Amino acid sequence: MSTGGMSTGGMSTGDMSTEDMSTEDMSTAAVEIDRVTKRFDETLALDAITLRIEEGSFVVLLGPSGSGKTTLLNILGGFLEPTDGRVLIKGADVTYVPPAKRPTTTVFQDYALFPHMTIAGNVGFGLAMRGIAKPERHLRVETALQMVGLAHTSARKVHQLSGGQKQRIALARALVVEPAVLLLDEPLGALDLKLGRQMQEELKAIQKRVGTTFVHVTHDQDEAMAIADTIVVMNEGRIEDQGPPERVYLRPKTRFAADFMGDSNFIDGRVTGAAGGRVTVDTALGRFAVEGVAEVGQAVALSVRPEHVQAIEGSGAAQPLGTARVLESGFFGTHHQCTAALDKAERPFKVRLPQKENVGPGANLALFVDPADLVLLTG
Amino acid sequence: MAARLPRPLRNLPAIVYVAVIYGFIFLPVAVLVLFSFQESRVPIPPFNGPSLKWYAAVFSDSRMMDALTNSILVALVSSLVSVVLGFLAAFALARQRVPMAGLIQGFLTAPLTVSYLIIAMGLLITFNAVGMPKSLMTIGIGHVVINLPLCFAIIYSQMGEHQANIERAARDLGAAEWQVLLLVTVPILWPALFASFFLSITFSWDEFIIAFMVSRFEVTLPVEIWSMLRSGLNPKTNAVGSFVFLISIAIVLVLDLIVFRRRKA
Repeated sequence: MSTGGMSTGGMSTGDMSTEDMSTEDMSTAAVEIDRVTKRFDETLALDAITLRIEEGSFVVLLGPSGSGKTTLLNILGGFLEPTDGRVLIKGADVTYVPPAKRPTTTVFQDYALFPHMTIAGNVGFGLAMRGIAKPERHLRVETALQMVGLAHTSARKVHQLSGGQKQRIALARALVVEPAVLLLDEPLGALDLKLGRQMQEELKAIQKRVGTTFVHVTHDQDEAMAIADTIVVMNEGRIEDQGPPERVYLRPKTRFAADFMGDSNFIDGRVTGAAGGRVTVDTALGRFAVEGVAEVGQAVALSVRPEHVQAIEGSGAAQPLGTARVLESGFFGTHHQCTAALDKAERPFKVRLPQKENVGPGANLALFVDPADLVLLTG
Repeated sequence: MAARLPRPLRNLPAIVYVAVIYGFIFLPVAVLVLFSFQESRVPIPPFNGPSLKWYAAVFSDSRMMDALTNSILVALVSSLVSVVLGFLAAFALARQRVPMAGLIQGFLTAPLTVSYLIIAMGLLITFNAVGMPKSLMTIGIGHVVINLPLCFAIIYSQMGEHQANIERAARDLGAAEWQVLLLVTVPILWPALFASFFLSITFSWDEFIIAFMVSRFEVTLPVEIWSMLRSGLNPKTNAVGSFVFLISIAIVLVLDLIVFRRRKA
């Protein structure tokens, strides 16, 4: 696969500075989604989604089923038309352009390979449709098959391949036509866990190599964190949060994002003071001063990851949460995770303990938290 | 141990049952075929063949050979038309949002439930009303009427959602609608198209009622056999009957070998 045609945007890959969807940046984005709304009869599948996808980035649309992520992907691919709004790819309005005429290709969840053709026939299909002559087609198919490590299969039929191999052929078939944007519809969903994890790494490596913009849909947050430059968390047809995986995980913008991306503990409270980008929140577990902006008197929540709850008195900044009684405990290989009931909290806390620290149900733990690890959630 | 009957005896009722069933189905055919090789002028026992003279008589009978040609022509053309129309209807109903799709589908398959006699009468009245003379064309139209619903039903049943996704992939890769049809839909549906084509041929090949009622000078083989039967039984009718049967069997065998064996592979 030639990387030459894709060089313009390859630089921003993995660049944390693309976090903010700055409006001043007028350079052409790979994809601009402008207030896209999709209604199916009475249900609102997408509610005025606006999203900018940078050239050469690996974007993951993450959300539970029914969040609208697949609908959005189908609108990008041209398989659905939005009820309202516009879609621009490299600056051109493609809202009503059919799939065949779009600079996008798709890797389907069930691969959708052509069962009556050879592997070479499958991969060369898009090139044939573009009227590319046989000798060149042959060369490009060969290169694409080498890219996914399956050059030796070109004469085989689809049913002779394993699931993981079909997956790679689907990827090669979609990439060989050098699309501006590659769309991936839960491509790893049908693979077993280990193979899926292996394919993740490969997808990421291939994306880096070809520099094409990838838009990938999944409901698996581990997969999203492993491969994405930008994660877009979706829920009920809206974008809850978007940004680099670390930012979305460590400083989620909404309660939904905090809850869907891994485990979180929530402490409800009320703002009692706000000044200079810091607020004071009174909760049942005490008063915490955290970063953020909110109005005095506003009901808010603080979220904290299980691994940030300390069971031993740590640094000087840590504040006590009280004593908790362990309800359940489980071993997860790299750590223990337990659920513990705090005296003053209405919900049990999830706490992560070191690998070698086995605490059984009934044990008492003194819990602490560093206010710097608390995330203020106003939404 | 001694009290138990040996296995062949225990299975005796089943064996008798099977023998009776197959005898009932195949004895008339066997008798028909046997007496087509009769030496004398009457196809009744005792058998005094074998002789091929009645087959020679059939193949040297020009009216019979004309009818044979007509039958082949009508079967091929009407089956082809049925498959093409059935396929297009199935593609539209399976892939597009068609208003009142359920009603259209109902009307398409309804002729399957109507007797050939009723269809033949309806066609006769219609052809009279529009002033269309009876010919091979009218027989062909009649056979499309009975075979189109069958072709539609077979092909429609094979157009699943997974295949729709494969067609979507072809469009996604830049295929125009006619390319999707010719390069993806038709090749994947090939077994269903083939099966409906051959089934249509077998139905058209030995269909009598419609062919009889809407034909006049140009007739198909079953109609010719019927007019021959009016002058009484002779081994020549047996010979031509055996020939028709042989062709039907051959078509079914071809269908089985090409379509069903391949799917198992």
